[in-house]
Amino acid sequence: MRERAATREPVWVRRALIAAALAFLALFLFVPVIAVFASAFAEGPLKWLSAVTDRESLSAITLTLLTALIAVPLNLVFGVAAAWLIAKFRFPGRSVLLTLVDLPFSISPVIAGLMFVMLLGKNGPFGGLLEAHHLQIIFAPPGIVIATVFVTFPFVAREVLPLMQSQGNDQEEAALTLGASGWQTFFKVTLPRVKWALLYGVVLCNARAMGEFGAVSVVSGHIRGLTNTLPLHVEILYNEYQFTGAFAVASLLTFLALVTLGVKKVVEWRAAAT
Amino acid sequence: MRNDGAVARRETVAIAQKSSLSPFLRRRRVLPGFGLSLAITGLALTVVVLLPLTGLFVKTFSLSGAELWEKVSDARALAAYRLSFGAALGAALVNAVFGLLVAWVLVRYRFPGRALIDALVDLPFALPTAVAGLTLTALYAKNGPLGRVLEPLGVQVAFTALGVAVALTFVGLPFVVRTVQPVLEELDPSLEEAAATLGASRLTTFRRVVFPAIFPALLTGFTLAFARALGEYGSIVFISGNLPGKTEIVPLLIVTRLEQYDYAGATALAVVMLATSFVLLFVVNVLQRKMLVQRA
Repeated sequence: MRERAATREPVWVRRALIAAALAFLALFLFVPVIAVFASAFAEGPLKWLSAVTDRESLSAITLTLLTALIAVPLNLVFGVAAAWLIAKFRFPGRSVLLTLVDLPFSISPVIAGLMFVMLLGKNGPFGGLLEAHHLQIIFAPPGIVIATVFVTFPFVAREVLPLMQSQGNDQEEAALTLGASGWQTFFKVTLPRVKWALLYGVVLCNARAMGEFGAVSVVSGHIRGLTNTLPLHVEILYNEYQFTGAFAVASLLTFLALVTLGVKKVVEWRAAAT
Repeated sequence: MRNDGAVARRETVAIAQKSSLSPFLRRRRVLPGFGLSLAITGLALTVVVLLPLTGLFVKTFSLSGAELWEKVSDARALAAYRLSFGAALGAALVNAVFGLLVAWVLVRYRFPGRALIDALVDLPFALPTAVAGLTLTALYAKNGPLGRVLEPLGVQVAFTALGVAVALTFVGLPFVVRTVQPVLEELDPSLEEAAATLGASRLTTFRRVVFPAIFPALLTGFTLAFARALGEYGSIVFISGNLPGKTEIVPLLIVTRLEQYDYAGATALAVVMLATSFVLLFVVNVLQRKMLVQRA
């Protein structure tokens, strides 16, 4: 047998460690994901199709898409602005700002939902004002959008900021010196260099926007056909013992998650190639 | 057409001439967009984060001290704390051990399917927690594929505290792997070679050389997984069975109180949990600063 290097483990140790790691991941990741698809198609593709195209499912899909369509662009603009501000400039209060941008990650989604119910609900400080203008936010779609914006707030900034920071300001300064305007510099110099990180941030933000449960559940009021998003619909179907239907809707969300991971991998390859 | 470049240049020169400004203030003005990006960020943070947070704290301070204490310390709340903290701690510990193992295997060994597995580790970040709860419950229910195996052994997972811990382990799985992985990758191999040259066994090298180097990252990942588990709600709704005093976590009790129009009770609990997360956030910040110093 070949002698092994002193900084490597014996073959049997290596194999045992790999096996243990794979067993753990299989139990907690692979089996649950496979189970989603297996249960979703357990009664055949036709049953799956009728479950995801049923009237209530379609209204949940519509609201989920609408929510993501509003929340993601808002957070895209905010995320790029915050990344530009924090990466390109030094100013007092910068680190406090950075903490605040990250804050929604450390707040429980349920508490996020609660905050908006307290602020915008009937008994909140803005409740009277909103009611006078017949604006219902809590227990209505606008509340779902606001709660979603909150929980997905840091994603874009989180992905773009470290890259912008590590790239420094030299190229932007060169562009400005050569006569480019501020916006030209941003669109032609900065943006192409962070586009892959930006794309991943947007995809991650979108996945969370479509999949958020806790915050949306608290502000939704669970009104069927009106404030029902896909994840909430999964819960409703489950509580009604419509397991195949619940898994069919869940399989849509799982597919979205797998696509998100695929995009991440592509982005990593692109980043490594450049 | 306006010549922005010339304007920018003139500005740069003009600012550079104001020698009384400190170097970083002068630097600030070289790139445009400070005002605009500050305005957008400031407005968004105020409306989306600061205003709602302030509202919550104001509501809490409108309660009397005795009322507040009663809301956060009644028997049902205490049971919820015990389950939330206990299950989150158990899940974070499991993730610390297996996360370290997974990170080690992914960085140090080559085997078929490694790239795919590396990509799938992030799944709990991307998969909606309601889906995780649904599928884990179905797997571990009495008639589920895993529950059927465990049932004769006397182990019940779904609708028990153990089930809560299983769901929280899923939710926190990527944190330890993703914090330890980059540190392991950057670890200087000459350190381990030196240890081996000096006669240390592989285990001793790991214990005395590798482990101390990755310990801050491990602790960071552990804290992140713990914090994430404390706030989790979506998956627990499915797997816990939601029995008051038995399988009821704190976020669930908050929702229950809210649905019973007990706004004061819900807010009081929320503030306890918020304070805990802020402490954990602070711990993570301190740890990360330590790691930066160590790497420099």
